[in-house]
Amino acid sequence: MISPDMPVWLVIAALAIGTFLIRFSFLGLIGDRPLPDWVLRHLRYTAVTVIPALVAPLLVWPAATGGTLDPVRLTAGLAALATGYLLRSTLWAILAGITVIAIGLGFAG
Amino acid sequence: MTQPQKPKDQTAAIWRGLRDGAPFQLIVTPFAIVFGVVASEAGLDLMEVMALSILVIAGASQLTAVQLMIDQAPVFMVVFASLAVNMRMAMYSAALTPHLGSARLWQRALAAYMMTDHAYALSAITFEKEADRPTAWKVRYYFGVMVQILPMWYLGTYVGAVLGNAIPPSFALDAMVPVAFIAIFAPALRTVAHIAAAFVAIVLALSLAWLPWSLGLIVAAFAGMIVGAEIERRKPELIS
Repeated sequence: MISPDMPVWLVIAALAIGTFLIRFSFLGLIGDRPLPDWVLRHLRYTAVTVIPALVAPLLVWPAATGGTLDPVRLTAGLAALATGYLLRSTLWAILAGITVIAIGLGFAG
Repeated sequence: MTQPQKPKDQTAAIWRGLRDGAPFQLIVTPFAIVFGVVASEAGLDLMEVMALSILVIAGASQLTAVQLMIDQAPVFMVVFASLAVNMRMAMYSAALTPHLGSARLWQRALAAYMMTDHAYALSAITFEKEADRPTAWKVRYYFGVMVQILPMWYLGTYVGAVLGNAIPPSFALDAMVPVAFIAIFAPALRTVAHIAAAFVAIVLALSLAWLPWSLGLIVAAFAGMIVGAEIERRKPELIS
């Protein structure tokens, strides 16, 4: 439980303002001035690096299992990866992942 | 610069955004419920839980803040670590700037407020494929994606906070989160450079997971971006 001494509203306000400033940073300050080529070249790879880096630890050490590898979660992730890559479709990738989770938990339960 | 547009094109852009973003309601809602449950079980009242979801709109960061408040971390560390988790959004902001940078200030401010992994990932991929679209089209597409996802984020949080621990753990709502993110990036692995960038990011994220404050994520992402960009620079024929 969170202690009553914790200034929760202070934390909320700081997070709200800080997060907005991070999101607004480039969009707000740079506006329509063109970015240099080398910056654009790196930015093309943000989606395929930040998101995998965010996901990999969630998949390998899920908090729900106390951080131990879970075959159902891992298989669901790999199924979504393979389906999304081969079919080029987010929706099919999600459905593949959901199917594995449903079947895996069905067997487990 | 913004081209004048027929009203029909503008409506079409919103519809495209609504359609492309719709599957993410299935993902965002369970994640929001998970956050609502976790935060209310940690002892936050309904107002505090809702304020986090409405003002911050960043699940990973909100969960980080709740966990560190439970751990009695100093306020400075709670804020610093939770904001570190959101630093990736500075990269999103930079990546969206070539597409949305010439929009009006209030539109850019609203786009910033709404900026999530989903908004960024869908828009970046669509804008890269259809780079010739005018800014007005891109702005409407972006808002079309988010205008349906945000209410589900708020509503899911509310449901989770009210239901609390009534949801049995066997629902494994948490397992949906990685699936959602993988479904976003897998179709974007178009070239050797993209695959190499993702591979480097994954290996480094796993080997640097012990670093505090999500620094491993930042280092892994930067290293992956450098690898992708370097392959593109040396072997442009592999990219097109």
